[in-house]
Amino acid sequence: MDRYALRFEVEDFLYREADLLDAWDLLAWLELFAQDCHYSVPPTDLPDADPLQHTFLIHDDRFLLTQRVNSLLTKTAHAEWPHSRTRRLVSNVRASEEDGQVSVSANFAVYRMRYEHVDTYVGTYRHEMIRAEHGQLLFVHRKAVLDLDALRPQAKVSIIL
Amino acid sequence: MTAFDTSVGTHTPVIVDDREKGKFRVNRRAMVDPDVLALERGRIFDRCWLYVGHDTELAAAHDFRARTVGGRPLIFTRNQDGHVQVFINSCPHRGATLCREKAGNSRFLKCFYHAWTFDTSGTLVALPDERSYGPAFDRDELGLAAPPRVEAYRGFWFVNYDADAVDLLTYLGDAAEVIDLFCDQGLDDGLEILGGTHEYSMRANWKLLVENSFDGYHAMPTHQRYMEMVQASGVDLSKQFGKNTDGRPRSWGVELGNGHGMVGGRSGLGRALPEGRAKELDAVRRASYAQAFGEEKAERMNGTRNLLIFPNLILIDLGMGMVVRTFEPLAPDYQHVTAWQLAVRNEDPELRRLRLDNFLSFWGPGGLATPDDVEALECCQRGFAGSKELPWSDISRGMTKPYPNSTDEVQMRTFWRRWDELMNGTPMSYEHRDG
Repeated sequence: MDRYALRFEVEDFLYREADLLDAWDLLAWLELFAQDCHYSVPPTDLPDADPLQHTFLIHDDRFLLTQRVNSLLTKTAHAEWPHSRTRRLVSNVRASEEDGQVSVSANFAVYRMRYEHVDTYVGTYRHEMIRAEHGQLLFVHRKAVLDLDALRPQAKVSIIL
Repeated sequence: MTAFDTSVGTHTPVIVDDREKGKFRVNRRAMVDPDVLALERGRIFDRCWLYVGHDTELAAAHDFRARTVGGRPLIFTRNQDGHVQVFINSCPHRGATLCREKAGNSRFLKCFYHAWTFDTSGTLVALPDERSYGPAFDRDELGLAAPPRVEAYRGFWFVNYDADAVDLLTYLGDAAEVIDLFCDQGLDDGLEILGGTHEYSMRANWKLLVENSFDGYHAMPTHQRYMEMVQASGVDLSKQFGKNTDGRPRSWGVELGNGHGMVGGRSGLGRALPEGRAKELDAVRRASYAQAFGEEKAERMNGTRNLLIFPNLILIDLGMGMVVRTFEPLAPDYQHVTAWQLAVRNEDPELRRLRLDNFLSFWGPGGLATPDDVEALECCQRGFAGSKELPWSDISRGMTKPYPNSTDEVQMRTFWRRWDELMNGTPMSYEHRDG
C-alpha cells in the first residue's frame, strides 16, 4: 500500500479510537483488538522495559483487558466513577506495513479532568497491529509509553491511555 | 515529655484511647494541620529509621540511585570495595546536587557547577585550581556528607538522621522476624528488587496511606472489581472469605513494638496459577520451606502479611506477589509514593511471568486495586475540610476482642500510639503484648 494511504488509514483509525475512549464507549473500543492481544504501559523510569522481567504500570492480556473495561463501566471502579472527562490529542503519526503487520508510532497528550484538577499524560504510542479478514486494523499490542518521569501529581493510570 | 501541645480547642487531645469502652479516635487535625507536619519532620522523620533501598538495586560497584528520604536528597551507591554508601546528594562546596539522574553507574561523582569530583567512598579526589585556597583548606574535611547512621537488615538499607538512635536491629524488634518471612522465601538465591518503579503520588496525608496499607476491612468494598476479576479467573473466593470451617483463626492483626504492626492471613490473593509445570514448581518451592525452616514457620511464610515498619515502610506479601512501598509527605495533603516489586531471584521464567502479571493486576497506578485506594484516601482528605464540625475518625475495630483479625484495627492503633508517643510524649501502651 502507498505509504501516504497507509498513514491516512492509521490516522483515521487513531482519531476514531480517541473518540471512542473520550466517549467512554469502551465496549466498542475493545473490538479494535485482536483475540490474542496486550495493552501495556511501561514504568515511567524504564520506558524500554521488558514485560517478562520488569514491573510495568499495565500489561494486560485479553482476559485482564476485558476485566478492566467491564469494571470501568460499573460503579465499582471508584477511581473513575463518576467518569473523568478526558480529551486526547494524537499527532506525529507514522506507520509502516510488512506482510500484514502494521507498526504504528504516534504522539499523544491525554487530559483527564476530575474534581477540578487537570491531569496531563504525555507520551508516545508504539502499536503493533494486524489486518482482520476484511482488511480492517486490529491491535495485537497496544503500547502507551509515558514521557512523564513519575506519575506526580497524576497518581494513577485509571483511564485508558 | 515534650513540649508539643496536641490539644485542639480547649484541651481536646488528638487521640482518644479508652481501652475499657473500646473507643479509639483520631482527630483529623493530625491530617490537615501544617504545624503537625512540621513537628512530624522533627519528631518522627528525623528520629526514626527510614528506608533507602535494597542491596540488589546496586548490582555492581559504582552503581548509584538518587533517592529522597525524610526530605533529604540522597545518593545510594556502592563503592570500589563493594560496600554500600549513602551520601547527602549535595556538593560540600556550594550545594549543587551531584547525581542528577535517578540511576546510573559512575566511578566518580562530579559536581558540574565548579567541577569538584568525589569517588564513591565520598572522598574529594579532584578540584580545579586547588592552589588558590589557603592553608586551612583540607580535602579530608570536604568529602561528601552522610546521614549519621546507615544500617541494613537482610539487604534492606535504612538511614537515621539522629546520631543517638538505637541500632536498626533493636529498632525493628519483633518486626525483624516478620521481614525474615519474606527474605527466607529466597532460600539460597535470595530476593531481588525488579526493574521498573511505581512512582506516584496522592493528594492525601501520609498517615492515611499507613492505615490503608494494612486495612483488611476496606478490601471487599473498595476492591470489589479486583475481587470480581479474581473470581472470573476461576478462583473460589468463598474459600477465603466465606465461613471458617476448621476453627483456627484465618487472619490476625499484630502489634510488633515501636509502632510496627501487621495483619496476616493464611491464604493469598490473585489469579490462580494455571495447571502445569509452573504450578508444580511453585508447589515444590513452597513445600521445601518446611524442610528448611520447619512446618510452623513454613505455614507462616506461605501465608500473607502486610507489614508496617514505623513510620513509612510497607512490605506486603499476598502470596501472588510482594511489594516494598515507602512514602514522603510534601504537604499535609500531598505525598509522593514509591513502590518496587520484590521477587525470588533466579525464578523460573514462567513463574516470574505469572508473578509479574499478578502483581500488576492488583498493585500500582495502573492496577485494578491501587487507583481505588488513591481515590478513597483523596476522598478522606477532601472530607477533612469539614473537620471543625466533624473532628474525629474512628479506629476502634476489634479493640475489645481477645484475637483481632485482619479486618480489625489494632495494627493501626499501635501506629497511632507510637506516633502520639513521639509527637506528644504519651507513654506507649499495647493491647496484646507486654511493654
